[in-house]
Amino acid sequence: MKAKTHFAFFDEGSKKEIRRALLKAVAIPGYQVPFASREMPIARGWGTGGLQITLSLIGKQDVLKVIDQGADESVNAVSIKKLISKTTGVRLVERTEDATLIQSRHRIPEVPLTKNQILVLQVPMPEPLRGVEASEYQTKILHSEEDYSGAWLQLFEQVMKYGKTATGADHPVYVNGRYIMAPSPIPRFDNPKLHQSDALILFGAGREKKIYAVPPYADVSSLAFDDYPFQVESFAGENCHLCGAENVFLDELEDPVTNETIYQCNDTSYCLERLNENEEAEVRKTYA
Amino acid sequence: MHEAPLLRVRDLTKQFGEACSSCDGGENLEKNYCPTCGTVYACQNISFDLYPGEILGIVGESGSGKSSMMQCLYFDSEVTSGAVYLDHIPALAGKNVFALSSQQKRAIRNQQYGMVYQNPIRGLKMDFSSVGNIAEKLIAAGNRHVGDMEAVSKSLLEHVHIPLFRMKEEPRNFSGGMQQRVQIAKALSNNPPILFLDEVTTGLDLSVQANVLDLIKGIQRDLGISMIVVSHDLAVIRMLADRTIVMLNGSIIEDGLTDQILEDPQHAYTQQLVYSLL
Ligand SMILES: Nc1ncnc2c1ncn2[C@@H]1O[C@H](COP(=O)(O)OP(=O)(O)OP(=O)(O)O)[C@@H](O)[C@H]1O
Ligand SMILES: [Mg+2]
Ligand SMILES: [Zn+2]
Ligand SMILES: [Zn+2]
Repeated sequence: MKAKTHFAFFDEGSKKEIRRALLKAVAIPGYQVPFASREMPIARGWGTGGLQITLSLIGKQDVLKVIDQGADESVNAVSIKKLISKTTGVRLVERTEDATLIQSRHRIPEVPLTKNQILVLQVPMPEPLRGVEASEYQTKILHSEEDYSGAWLQLFEQVMKYGKTATGADHPVYVNGRYIMAPSPIPRFDNPKLHQSDALILFGAGREKKIYAVPPYADVSSLAFDDYPFQVESFAGENCHLCGAENVFLDELEDPVTNETIYQCNDTSYCLERLNENEEAEVRKTYA
Repeated sequence: MHEAPLLRVRDLTKQFGEACSSCDGGENLEKNYCPTCGTVYACQNISFDLYPGEILGIVGESGSGKSSMMQCLYFDSEVTSGAVYLDHIPALAGKNVFALSSQQKRAIRNQQYGMVYQNPIRGLKMDFSSVGNIAEKLIAAGNRHVGDMEAVSKSLLEHVHIPLFRMKEEPRNFSGGMQQRVQIAKALSNNPPILFLDEVTTGLDLSVQANVLDLIKGIQRDLGISMIVVSHDLAVIRMLADRTIVMLNGSIIEDGLTDQILEDPQHAYTQQLVYSLL
């Protein structure tokens, strides 16, 4: 006898509960809403927070894209896609433009998102004040009282130690001028994409049992001192050795043949698409 | 003193526990403790004034309620009842600051108060640089300029004789005396009119003690900051305080000019304290 499975893995009650947390998160931009994180068939810390949001939102009409650090074909992205497609049968895509729902770890795609899309980011550490305050009870009070000295202090310490704010990723942001939020380990390069976003952006932390959101058109600003302005990673003068793209987030690689440093788009589907376009253009030129 | 007080404390009461019919209101206690229900009456109806530029000493044996009182004043712990007035701030004149919202209390703490804790672990982030520890107070007071904060921190650390080449070091690497001096620098960073010092010299070597006491004396002389200095050591009080309050079992049993109390103690307990010092 075949066990009856639910559409999108969860029973409707569970989905409803997660959606309720999501609604609250949207209503209070940047505020961490606790939720009853469920056991998933993948290990906590591997995207279960994002996965639970995706499963609670997905419908039969949705078109899904899953990326892990910019790559559609990484093992984690693939296993998440398998689980979702097996339990929903939705169409899976790699092109950002084609997706209605995008689950991602550590990146916001290069192609600007639209108001018809939802981005779900996986979050390992949702609490931006954890580095200065170990107790959850205390950080809740700090947020409620808007006491954010600790977040600034962490940046100040980086300037003291490294001469600049040295957050590699997960640079804290102010949402709607009220809550300080961890944007998940996206590079600083992606922080500006959170500001006045056309798409709804949701954050899920499975292990820490938190959900939060940046609703469309919310103001998001990265923390910066008056004399140390916020700066994104700079790849000045470099471009992708495959597709030639500039002004995108590039990975630094070593050419296995020449041992030289080369750069390549971190967003693989973006790169692939540009390669295809370039090829088509070549072909058109040849036959023109 | 004819000036208006900076800080007025009225009937500050702090109890740990729910009280019972036997002890209600502080009856039938053993010292500060109800043997029936276990409630501790750490501070009972403490009232005093702090005047501009003075150092007020609070002396009393271990457990007499000195730290409990300081923590209530600094809003680290909630009072059971009582009032504090900061009449020199026009917006707060006549208002009991204990009754304000926690945000308002934080603003008072960041702008009006500095605190040096008995235990430096409470006052400092041991894993952050010494400059960062001082900057924290400046950040809390609204500063967002790294260069400014670094300059203020440096000059304060210099003032408390922390060598500048160690200013980016974490206080965990420092000796007890240095940690207390970093705490003092931090407490001074927002130019507070009122400074609370709880047993700053306890546990320090005698020579280091003298050093820290000189520093505090100098701060009063040069900056005119009003201070409440808590100690169970009369020698410290004698050196620093203009006026002194003696506490026992959570209550004030005697107060007056420090010299007077030392020369002519009235209460039997104070007499015992003073004579044991001589
Ligand atoms: N959190 C607490 N819970 C219960 N009782 C407490 C608590 N904190 C302090 N007390 C009690 O309150 C009384 C006053 O303590 P407090 O620390 O204020 O004394 P103190 O005068 O600062 O002593 P010391 O000189 O040892 O620092 C003591 O009886 C103490 O046991
Ligand atoms: Mg004490
Ligand atoms: Zn590319
Ligand atoms: Zn009792």
